[in-house]
Amino acid sequence: MWLQRWWLVLAVMLLAGCQPGADKLVITGSSTIAPLMADLAEQFETHRGIQVDVQSGGSGRGISDVRQGLADFGMVSRAPTSDEKDLDAHLIGRDGIAMIVHADNPVRALSDAQIVAIYTGALDNWSELGGKAGAITVVHKAEGRSTQELFLDHFGLSSDQVKPDLVIGENQQGIKAVAGDPNAIGYVSIGSAIYEADAGVPLRLLPLSGVPATLENVDQGRYPLSRELNLVSQGALSEVARQWLAFVTDPARAETYHDYYFLPVSR
Amino acid sequence: MSRADRIAGRLGAVLLLAVLVPMGLMLWSLLDQGGGLISPAFLLEDPRQAGRAGGIASLLVSTGGILMVCLVLAVPVGLGCALYLSEQVPAGSRRARWLGGVLDMLAAVPSIVYGLFGYQFFAIRLGLGFSILSGGLALALMVLPLMIRSAEQALRGVPLSYRQASQALSISRWGWVRRILVPQAAPGIAVGIILSMGRALAETAVLLFTAGYVLRQPDSLLDSGRALSVHIYDLAMNVPGGMPRAAATGLVLVAILVILNLAVRRWLRPAQGVWQ
Amino acid sequence: MITTSSRFHADAALTWLLRLAGGAAVLVLGGIVAVLVIQSVPFLVEHGWALWGNDWQPGLGRYGMAAMVAGSVLVSMLALGIAGPVAVLLAAWLRYFAPTIRRPILILVELMAGIPSVVYGLWGMLVLVPWINQWAPPGASWLAASLVLALMILPLALLVTDTALGQLPGRYLQAGQALSLSRVGMLRRVLLPQAWPSIVSGLVLQFGRALGETMAVLMVAGNVVQWPASLFDPVRTLTANIALEMAYATGDHRIALFASGLLLLLVTAVLLILSWRVRGGEYEPG
Repeated sequence: MWLQRWWLVLAVMLLAGCQPGADKLVITGSSTIAPLMADLAEQFETHRGIQVDVQSGGSGRGISDVRQGLADFGMVSRAPTSDEKDLDAHLIGRDGIAMIVHADNPVRALSDAQIVAIYTGALDNWSELGGKAGAITVVHKAEGRSTQELFLDHFGLSSDQVKPDLVIGENQQGIKAVAGDPNAIGYVSIGSAIYEADAGVPLRLLPLSGVPATLENVDQGRYPLSRELNLVSQGALSEVARQWLAFVTDPARAETYHDYYFLPVSR
Repeated sequence: MSRADRIAGRLGAVLLLAVLVPMGLMLWSLLDQGGGLISPAFLLEDPRQAGRAGGIASLLVSTGGILMVCLVLAVPVGLGCALYLSEQVPAGSRRARWLGGVLDMLAAVPSIVYGLFGYQFFAIRLGLGFSILSGGLALALMVLPLMIRSAEQALRGVPLSYRQASQALSISRWGWVRRILVPQAAPGIAVGIILSMGRALAETAVLLFTAGYVLRQPDSLLDSGRALSVHIYDLAMNVPGGMPRAAATGLVLVAILVILNLAVRRWLRPAQGVWQ
Repeated sequence: MITTSSRFHADAALTWLLRLAGGAAVLVLGGIVAVLVIQSVPFLVEHGWALWGNDWQPGLGRYGMAAMVAGSVLVSMLALGIAGPVAVLLAAWLRYFAPTIRRPILILVELMAGIPSVVYGLWGMLVLVPWINQWAPPGASWLAASLVLALMILPLALLVTDTALGQLPGRYLQAGQALSLSRVGMLRRVLLPQAWPSIVSGLVLQFGRALGETMAVLMVAGNVVQWPASLFDPVRTLTANIALEMAYATGDHRIALFASGLLLLLVTAVLLILSWRVRGGEYEPG
């Protein structure tokens, strides 16, 4: 008896799910952008009554899901590459990548050459850089992250040259790793790093090529390691999709971008 | 009591502490970080700002949905398979060894492989997409071996004399299974169900690839919905400032699992030894 | 009243139904293997033996997985090496040395068995790794991963061992007492050897859990693709690799990850077969 009732419930729920959901957007991709998008999606739903599903999982997934038609938009936290000519990129914001060290680390700045030397293993002790003696813990991002690609690209490194001590997945893991290790150095999204440093997490953002890692410098194009935050799509946009793009690039949303320490494209 | 026994007695106590202390520390750090957030509102509100604010109500709904799909598939199939093993396969036969081997393999398949399979088969091939249905089905496959083994053990635990009596009364096999065997083994089967629920609730990797990431209350089984364990992972690893709510969600999940485990204990006595 | 013919129908239907359910288990395993094989065959044909290298650089088209297979096996072996003896000793101690506290402790252990692995991973990342880091940087390491896994599998390992010891006939104990063996001697010579096959089969299952664990390991193992030279070196397991890169992978890289899923399945199969050998070949239900 109870079993039959279960099936009934299941059947009803399935049928309910089969109603056409034309007014629904699916957005997948970059885990860096996902929390921001989820927040915007929530607002869009309240304002417009249109559902937006946000799935995290990386820029690469965003691109492949859009190509396979699984998603309306892909979140891509970098500029589109030459392989991605088939997609339309819609710039929604900017972010930078910051080098971070533990707050107790006396080293205040590193040159690009020093960073390259650290990441290739040529320099492996902070004493060689004017810090307290201690083996440097090199924190590197896992393969395929756009943060990692941009980092390698900026410093002219190839992924097999890097000799990491710790490979991380998400930004927060990198922040926790650096905050938990006085000898660590890593690179994460500027937004996340500023947020956590402001919240009292013991980490410091290093200037890059002498330019302090701040959102203002990213905004004014002075900071050398910045990146685009894009929504990519394929083919003609539906009416709902156009509304969504207008919504997320509306200056009224700037506050939400700032909540996540990203720079909105609109001002 | 010999000297060796006295030393062993003390050593055991030290060992026990070595196990309990880290466990205690673990729970304490969760309480420390997230305990203050736990309130009825936390359970009844939907998450806001990607989970940094608000509660976990919609996640409880999604988790419940995933669990329901999982059980609707795993319980009947698991019970059927267990009945097949206990009723139609003589213990120790070649077929029993083969099936046992397959079950052992299935139990040992890393959960992430179920995730890959669920993603490729349910989400893409069957077109279910990232949905509670995909997630529940993938989890069902994952818990199936545990379900089968616990149920089989419970069924084999029904005394032989019952079977002989029912044969003497020439009760049909269907009647025997439905009226006597399954009701007799019910407590043990319930233990299997509860253990499977616990395993499913604790799983993250599978759901990351199948049920997805959406925070909203799901409207149907074809909606994507984030499970509690995925929420903990995402808040801790991906959302700036997410840690306190990750810890609080962890506490809620542990509480749910503890309640399930206590339920197992209530049922445990008639069917010892189902731990896998 | 059931007539003979309808009873015959019901029984025949039941027989088939149950066969179907039995077949389902085989089907699931077959399905998983099939999906993985179909996904990865073209890749395996092309790259084949290159998989046995240590050089994992998917961006550069190098897909060596040997170091990660080693990582998976080493991390799980050490975890079992820590949790196994502790579980066996503690279970024996609770049963034969401290029977008064056995029940309450087992209740606690059962509760610990319910803690999800993400929570173990979080604790490892926030407490254990920084702590190891003070002694032997970077902290996230083979040792950290094994310790977290050991803690994770210990509760069930202990419960399985307790069950195995509980199934020993009481006469062993009486015979031992009659021979006035010390409890330690009795355990060593009689009880543990007798319970050994079922203890081992329980532990093998826990080994499988350790091997398959993803999130907890990902958070504490350091995830550097290399053969660890010491306990304090970071390692990457196959499972962590899939979880780290799956969402970011396209093309060959993605297929390589499916192939590593297949490899994981193979490693599991080999270990299972080995464990059956250890147990003496015979499969026993339960």
